[in-house]
Amino acid sequence: MMTWPILSVVTFLPAVGALLIWLMARGGDEAAARNARWIALWTTLINFAISLILVARFDPTQAGFQFVEEGRWLTSTIAYKMGIDGISLPLVILTTAILPLCIIASWKVTNRVPAYMIAFLILEALMVGTFSSLDLLLFYVFFEGGLIPMFLIIGVWGGPRRVYATFKFFLYTLLGSVLMLLAIMALYWNAGTTDIPTLMTTPVPRNLQTWAWLAFFASFAVKMPMWPVHTWLPDAHVEAPTAGSVILAAILLKMGGYGFLRFSLPMFPLASHDFAPLVFALSAIAIIYTSLVALMQEDMKKLIAYSSVAHMGFVTMGIFAGTMQGVAGGVFQMVSHGLVSGALFLCVGVVYDRMHTREIAAYGGVVNRMPLYAFVFLTFTMANVGLPGTSGFVGEFLTLIGTFKVSIPTAFFATVGVILSAAYALWLYRKIVFGALVKPSLASIKDLTFREVMTLGPLLVLTILFGFYPKPVLDYSAASVQQLVTNYSHAITAVKAAALMH
Amino acid sequence: MNFTPAGYSLLPVLPEIVLAVGAMVLLMVGAFRGQRSTPLVVTLAIALLILTGVLQCHYLPAGKLSTFGGSFVVDGYARFLKILVLLGSAATLLISYGFLSERPRRIFEYAILILVSTVGMMLLISAGDLVMLYLGLELMSLSLYVVAACNRDDVKSTEAGLKYFVLGALASGMMLYGMSLIYGFTGTVSFAGIATAAKTGSVGVAFGLVFLLAGLCFKVSAVPFHMWTPDVYEGAPTPITAFFSSSPKVAAFAIFVRIVLTAFPNVAHEWQQIVVFISIASMALGSFGAIGQRNFKRMMAYSSIGHMGFALVGLAAGTTEGVQGVILYLVIYTVMTFGVFTLILAMKRNGRAMEEISDFAGLSRSNPVLAFLCAMLLFSLAGIPPLAGFFAKFYVFTAAIKAGMITLSVIGVLCSVVGAFYYLNVIKVMYFDEQAGATDAVRVELGTVVVISALFNMLFFIYPGPLVGAATAAAKSLF
Repeated sequence: MMTWPILSVVTFLPAVGALLIWLMARGGDEAAARNARWIALWTTLINFAISLILVARFDPTQAGFQFVEEGRWLTSTIAYKMGIDGISLPLVILTTAILPLCIIASWKVTNRVPAYMIAFLILEALMVGTFSSLDLLLFYVFFEGGLIPMFLIIGVWGGPRRVYATFKFFLYTLLGSVLMLLAIMALYWNAGTTDIPTLMTTPVPRNLQTWAWLAFFASFAVKMPMWPVHTWLPDAHVEAPTAGSVILAAILLKMGGYGFLRFSLPMFPLASHDFAPLVFALSAIAIIYTSLVALMQEDMKKLIAYSSVAHMGFVTMGIFAGTMQGVAGGVFQMVSHGLVSGALFLCVGVVYDRMHTREIAAYGGVVNRMPLYAFVFLTFTMANVGLPGTSGFVGEFLTLIGTFKVSIPTAFFATVGVILSAAYALWLYRKIVFGALVKPSLASIKDLTFREVMTLGPLLVLTILFGFYPKPVLDYSAASVQQLVTNYSHAITAVKAAALMH
Repeated sequence: MNFTPAGYSLLPVLPEIVLAVGAMVLLMVGAFRGQRSTPLVVTLAIALLILTGVLQCHYLPAGKLSTFGGSFVVDGYARFLKILVLLGSAATLLISYGFLSERPRRIFEYAILILVSTVGMMLLISAGDLVMLYLGLELMSLSLYVVAACNRDDVKSTEAGLKYFVLGALASGMMLYGMSLIYGFTGTVSFAGIATAAKTGSVGVAFGLVFLLAGLCFKVSAVPFHMWTPDVYEGAPTPITAFFSSSPKVAAFAIFVRIVLTAFPNVAHEWQQIVVFISIASMALGSFGAIGQRNFKRMMAYSSIGHMGFALVGLAAGTTEGVQGVILYLVIYTVMTFGVFTLILAMKRNGRAMEEISDFAGLSRSNPVLAFLCAMLLFSLAGIPPLAGFFAKFYVFTAAIKAGMITLSVIGVLCSVVGAFYYLNVIKVMYFDEQAGATDAVRVELGTVVVISALFNMLFFIYPGPLVGAATAAAKSLF
């Protein structure tokens, strides 16, 4: 049925685009920059179009992996294996969809444009690879490889404290990941292979489960990020260029959640069950504490960064609830947060490009000069709050009812967090958009340009669409989520039954 | 035609003979034609090394050979590492053209000394008893002492040579003492004989082992015998530093692995403790010591100490996988570090060498291609996938995990995170800082070496099969 390796194409096409830019856009002049922009845009658009073929050919009724490709790599047991299921498909599409918007949003970057575009394209290749690899070591290579372009994106094109931020980002993430690498090795010797589908069905001894779970948790919790290892995120967000923040919030953070879904729950069900209270506690703290911290921020990007940590708390909570609603809600929340937080960072970028400050106090009354912007920003703020009718609501609601069945206190605290999120988001919106336009510097500020409408428009449509009609995402992931939840609960009941027998 | 008695055939040692005789012939060429023949001698020396490599690969019969009553062994392990050593020496000579031509007084002896030390390394790698080990080690080291000081009007270079010599002689002395103890308690010098005699760990053998390993640690610059490394690396001329970090390290590491696995397999728990300790100490000191360095070569010296610690993780496992990991680590590390040193050698500003890290500020603007290649080499040294350095670490740590050495592995990977900091720091200087000024044009042969080294690191992951397979075969031949 499959005639060409479509997943590999989607993964490596951006790398080919990067090579093209390197070959064709030489020199530092304006022509080279223009070439680089257009090549990058077309590459990402074509890649998006090809990834839509994945959607068209995907069979939502199947729980297993589809579009599987296999090739020799290190050894016969550590192979090049790609494939996606209902959990990774939405994230792959999210990645390919966000990237063209990032390229458009970066149109006005003037400093070392070819290198900038190359970094984003390489990053896209690595991110798609992360979500679609079916070999543990291959996954790790893609997962960690993403650090290199992101390190350069923040460090070269970032703000004044970019060096601190990018070192913190790199070293935090690396520290978490190297422990996961050791766990990967231990799993390799346990099962004799790093093939993910095989690993999912290979029983892991209880003791190894605990340690491997902790090692994987170290990596994904940092990436997610969960309280208390989230401190790199606000720094990285504040210093990164707009498109860098968008990628970070929309896609890189999802790798943590994806990792929990792909590895922690299926491979270490018992350890996941044992540690679920820990995750619940950390999630609840994250939701409440970071929401409170967000209330105190003076920097727009930092506020949104803290709100990201809070929203990721819903994802971890839902995933570790281990119920159908919780896990499905976690997947949906990841997609929704990808759209909404990406859009919010774009919104910050819009005013930052005009005023060159992200300080909340520098704004006020923007609605008078920028009505269109006020409307767009309002929609995304409401989606961030979780207003019914936006995609944010569906994800939060599903994770909350999923968790309610398992842990009522966690659900309770998370609901309190929803109220707090309304507080900081509306406060931010009021400070920036409403009020009288008294600041002289804002007097000549211009409304959204066509380019900005092109970046925010698609996100706006999707946020509303998924708010009223979340079925596409939920349907595509349903079979895989169902299988994951069933296997998880079987593993736990089996152990409980065995414990009763003794 | 065979005049030699059985077990004393000269065939296995033919490549070494060719290399040694060739070196003497080149010495004659240099002596009779004078200093102006330096480029010719260097070129011929490279050709000689290649010829030796070809003989090694194609002329010797396959399988395990041995001669001189078992004191010289050619197995898959020796073949593989000899090729690596020959490549390292040839590459050293290749990057030395510019260095030699810029000097007021050209020294052709430089090439001869490198050839002679390469003969020593090859003997070392093939050593089957303690005598051959010492012979090879000293032949290698004595030549190295001299080349370290070959900038004889430069204070730092002579200091490096002297320091290296004094400390090296001390290490040789300790090693000799250890050998005499081992001989005294086992009654034999051959590795196989020691293995049968030292079935249970006697105190005498343990003492001998400790002194022997101390000497070897000095040669691979593992903590606590690493003190010479930063000074020598900084003081020696850059091509020589590149050489120090490649071939001699490989040869010394090769005999390290061979002697503990073939002569002391029955007292593994004794040497394993030592190896675990020096591995952890080297990784930690290499990572933390490099952070404060301002001189690029000195930083790379600490980096090399750390990397030797990582390679020792594979040896600590003491299994086939471990040895395979060590071999791959040596190959990848040699290529990475050689690339970095060549880059340091290639970068000049107004004719002055750029050896301080701050000299590289803003290199990504003045020379984007070299800066990119350098960044890739540094990321690879830090062990970030998908670059080759990651796979080097992957193999040694996989072996350690299989052997159940969890604590060692955890400490190791944590050290690698600390180590990543100072590599990132150089990248930061090159990419994020303001430009420090234009750089001179890069010599073609240096640029080529850097490109090859960086491409190897970047593309290793696409098709690692052949190299991994060869390393596996080489590792198996030891057991």
